[in-house]
Amino acid sequence: MTVMTVLRPGPLTVFKDAGRPGHAHQGVPPSGAVDRGAYRRANALVGNPPGAAILECTLGGLRVTFDGPVLAVLTGTDAVLTVDGRPGDVEQVVLVPAGAVVAVSQPRQGLRSYFAVRGGFDVPLVLGSRSKDRLAGIGPALGSSVRLLPPDQSDLPLSVHAGLPGDVTLEVDLGPRDDWFTAAAVQTLFSAAYVASPASDSVGLRLEGPALERARTDELPSEGVVRGAVQIPPSGQPIVFQADHPVTGGYPVVAVLTPAAADLAAQVRPGARVRFRRARLVD
Amino acid sequence: MTRFLRCGREAVLAEVDDLDAALALYAALREASLPGVVDLVPAARTVLIRLDPSVTSPREIRVAVSALSVGSADPRQGAVVEIPVVYDGPDLADVAGHLGISPADVIARHTGAAWTVAFGGFAPGFGYLTGGDFDVPRRTSPRTRIPAGSVGLAGRFSGVYPHDSPGGWQLIGSTSATMWDLDRAEPALLVPGARVIFKAVPA
Repeated sequence: MTVMTVLRPGPLTVFKDAGRPGHAHQGVPPSGAVDRGAYRRANALVGNPPGAAILECTLGGLRVTFDGPVLAVLTGTDAVLTVDGRPGDVEQVVLVPAGAVVAVSQPRQGLRSYFAVRGGFDVPLVLGSRSKDRLAGIGPALGSSVRLLPPDQSDLPLSVHAGLPGDVTLEVDLGPRDDWFTAAAVQTLFSAAYVASPASDSVGLRLEGPALERARTDELPSEGVVRGAVQIPPSGQPIVFQADHPVTGGYPVVAVLTPAAADLAAQVRPGARVRFRRARLVD
Repeated sequence: MTRFLRCGREAVLAEVDDLDAALALYAALREASLPGVVDLVPAARTVLIRLDPSVTSPREIRVAVSALSVGSADPRQGAVVEIPVVYDGPDLADVAGHLGISPADVIARHTGAAWTVAFGGFAPGFGYLTGGDFDVPRRTSPRTRIPAGSVGLAGRFSGVYPHDSPGGWQLIGSTSATMWDLDRAEPALLVPGARVIFKAVPA
């Protein structure tokens, strides 16, 4: 069985997969990859089944080596894999020889890169998922060595590389609590440029900009929230919930990102400008 | 009457009048196991229904939920969980003072109540318990670390901290019961609908 040795984990590298649905009644968040599109692309590019575990690397820095040859890919940002110092192309599948040092470079655009190897990582399932949930403290930790699962025999598809966001416009559907805000506040949401705060993480993308004024000032009883929810705390500064969001929130959610916009939000770096646009309504 | 609120493309937020109605709707949804529903989050007057958009849609869920018969069954039919408590919490005297009763009366009131887990959400394994005759404010200054097993009161709720965590609840005691254990089939000891009896035990 091939084993990966972690030489350096980088600033924030965690196991992620499709997430941990079905346990909300026990207070367990869904978690999973913050950029679901990039996560799925990484697995598809190395021929893994959907749901295989990958490593989510925030701001690069990961260095690993394998005791056998593996196919590997990095998606999500413009960071690349270097093999013994030789850089590959963005989202290019590379064949890594046994003993070679693979490193994830620093992205210049985007934030979270997804490192997949053919077969996937053999780490324990916790409540049906291999995702590390930083908020709930559930899921496998990245140790110094990790076994790989044997690959299945599917063919490898061709690389398709999506565009990367710098400044972004995020499409949202209003609700569930847009009626808790003034009409002017909703207009502000769709006209203002917000700036991504350095306090952002996989729980929430925190934005700074014009405050959104409430039409109702009573306290909202806590209610379930979703990935992509745009929650407005008393400061009026929006927080966009990401994959590791809590199960419930106590402040009104003015709008919810479309799933594609939630993937875009995962790659927004501190300092980037964020705008919101109303998505075409589907039902 | 269930009101449906738009909540993105992968969920529906169903709003009802009060906690009892939310628990009844939650029980009916669990019973129904609607295709494409991947998670349910009951709360004080809502149930969030998370769905798999490759299987169903918010519109289909709204139609299916409208057709459910809700409220025929008592939602409070969960298992009874007995939790042993040593009532020596640092806020016991403050709680007694706030309520104008003695610490012994606080303990009698807490052990005498038929508590029900209304909903979770604060942390894995945490349950908001209702059914007691309490209404106490949170501490003005939250503690930075509360040990796992601490039994607290806040507003009309009681609860047991499943993990060491920060928190602002008034602590009246502690339990040796393991509230969260990933090696159990159901890691959370308290899940919505469970009934809870607290029992005073010596330190």
